[in-house]
Amino acid sequence: MLNIELFLFFLFAVMAVGGAVSLLAQRHPIRSALSLIVVMVSLAALYLLQGAEFIAAVQIIVYAGAIMVLFVFVIMLLNAGEEERTGRSRLAVVAGIPVGVLLTALLAWGVSGGATTQASVETVVQPYDTKQLAALLFREFVFPFELTSILILIAILGAVVLAKR
Amino acid sequence: MSFLELHPVLVVSVIKVAVLVFVLMTAIAYITWFERKAVARMQSRWGPYRAGPHGLLQPLADGVKFLFKEDFTPGGVDKFVYFLAPFLALALSLLTIAVIPFGPEPIEILGQKTPLGIADINIGLLFLFAVTSLSVYSVALGGWASNSKYPLLGGLRSSAQMISYELSMTLSVVGILLMTGTFSLREIVNAQEGFYFGFIPRWNIFAAPFPQWLGFMIFFTAAVAETNRLPFDLAEAETELVAGFHTEYASFKFAMFFMAEYASMLTVCFVTSILFLGGWHSPFPANPVTPYLPTVLFAGLGLYVIHDGLRYETVFGRIVLPVLGLVMAVLGAVFAVPAVNAFIQPTFWLLTKVFFFLFIYIWVRGTLPRFRYDQLMALGWKLMLPLAVANVVLTAAAMLWAGGR
Repeated sequence: MLNIELFLFFLFAVMAVGGAVSLLAQRHPIRSALSLIVVMVSLAALYLLQGAEFIAAVQIIVYAGAIMVLFVFVIMLLNAGEEERTGRSRLAVVAGIPVGVLLTALLAWGVSGGATTQASVETVVQPYDTKQLAALLFREFVFPFELTSILILIAILGAVVLAKR
Repeated sequence: MSFLELHPVLVVSVIKVAVLVFVLMTAIAYITWFERKAVARMQSRWGPYRAGPHGLLQPLADGVKFLFKEDFTPGGVDKFVYFLAPFLALALSLLTIAVIPFGPEPIEILGQKTPLGIADINIGLLFLFAVTSLSVYSVALGGWASNSKYPLLGGLRSSAQMISYELSMTLSVVGILLMTGTFSLREIVNAQEGFYFGFIPRWNIFAAPFPQWLGFMIFFTAAVAETNRLPFDLAEAETELVAGFHTEYASFKFAMFFMAEYASMLTVCFVTSILFLGGWHSPFPANPVTPYLPTVLFAGLGLYVIHDGLRYETVFGRIVLPVLGLVMAVLGAVFAVPAVNAFIQPTFWLLTKVFFFLFIYIWVRGTLPRFRYDQLMALGWKLMLPLAVANVVLTAAAMLWAGGR
């Protein structure tokens, strides 16, 4: 029997990974930005499949809808053309391949259950609906939340100051 | 087991989508006709009237023309992005219609009870904003991929404009979210049921503790800007940019941009009615007379069309118009049947409100001149954004004062 949820999971997982690979492989900045948007949207779909509807919507509104629009806007404004491929970086060959192999091995070990800490999926993936999320943010974690907003405000002020210079 | 038994939701959804797309496309075609007629009247012209009686076949003629025009691709374009942009535009604006509920009662298709509307999701409003925020790309990419100066300028302008107005649009509904406590469009409508003092409808623009008329003005203005319509159509601006972002598009790809624009107009009208004007709730308290308004309206219009059609100048019109009028009159009579009458009430009121907003859209287009670019930015950032924030603060304060949740 065709399991629709599983099908959707694999569809969006493949889209996310494919988008990420395409992001690196494209030579034109706009194409890379478009690939990144594909990654963002697929991730949002994956969140949705986990029942995290609010996070999914915010992922699209903030990342795909706002941040990436700025990326695309800047690329369009600067009229950046295709990029030349430079020679391979030596560091990437020397360090990249071993680290990649190591990370893959770690992941495989963790997924296959080799890791002793059973950070079981159930405790992490407990879908919050929007109201519960709001209660957490504005009651329990209100101090860190407000602190973060001040941090963001400082960043905005910094950007304005730099732009005025 | 048949496929239907295995995946009933999937099959029913596909049927609903097919029906809705058909209805929507027809509606869009005739909105263009209505717009051209209405604007023509405002400017003392006739508007389309050659194709069919009163130009009723004009949308069809336009469609055929779009299909048979040469699909010209200018040189030096980024082919993939150039093709992607119109598809993205149409797909995204059709996607927003999917979450709009058209009535309270579920309907039955193939033995499945299903809500009237494609999907009834509990983050409907967030979904709408998410999809709207993506629709910037169709304009920006279309302008960029055309490899031409005017479209690029149009694309740049419109992305800046859409980012700016998205903020005020999103902030302007926060007041409603505070008062209703839900993202679900259906529940927002349900929260607006009832009347104050027996006659003022409990719609969000009148609702206690803080009537959302400020939010309503900001939302509708920002939404007009989001859909790139006059007086905010800086992305197209014929007098400055030829045709803006779609200058280099021809044939059906142009038609797709066009349909996307009208589809998102329709979505905006639906969402505004749902959020601020009580959706499908009637403006009149329960009484024996107003349920027959649809009947009176349709029968009256039908009789008028018959009367007008019988003395139309062409023979074709003298045949088509009376038949059309007869159909409308019969439809009006059918609406008087008690069972049908009860079923169509909510949808009738929703569509009436939608039609009202569509008319405002067209009215504004026929009356107001286009903004200058700096005026547009000043309006968005210096007036509407502070007002939207003030609306949020005032609503929250009023709720605290009234001892809300």
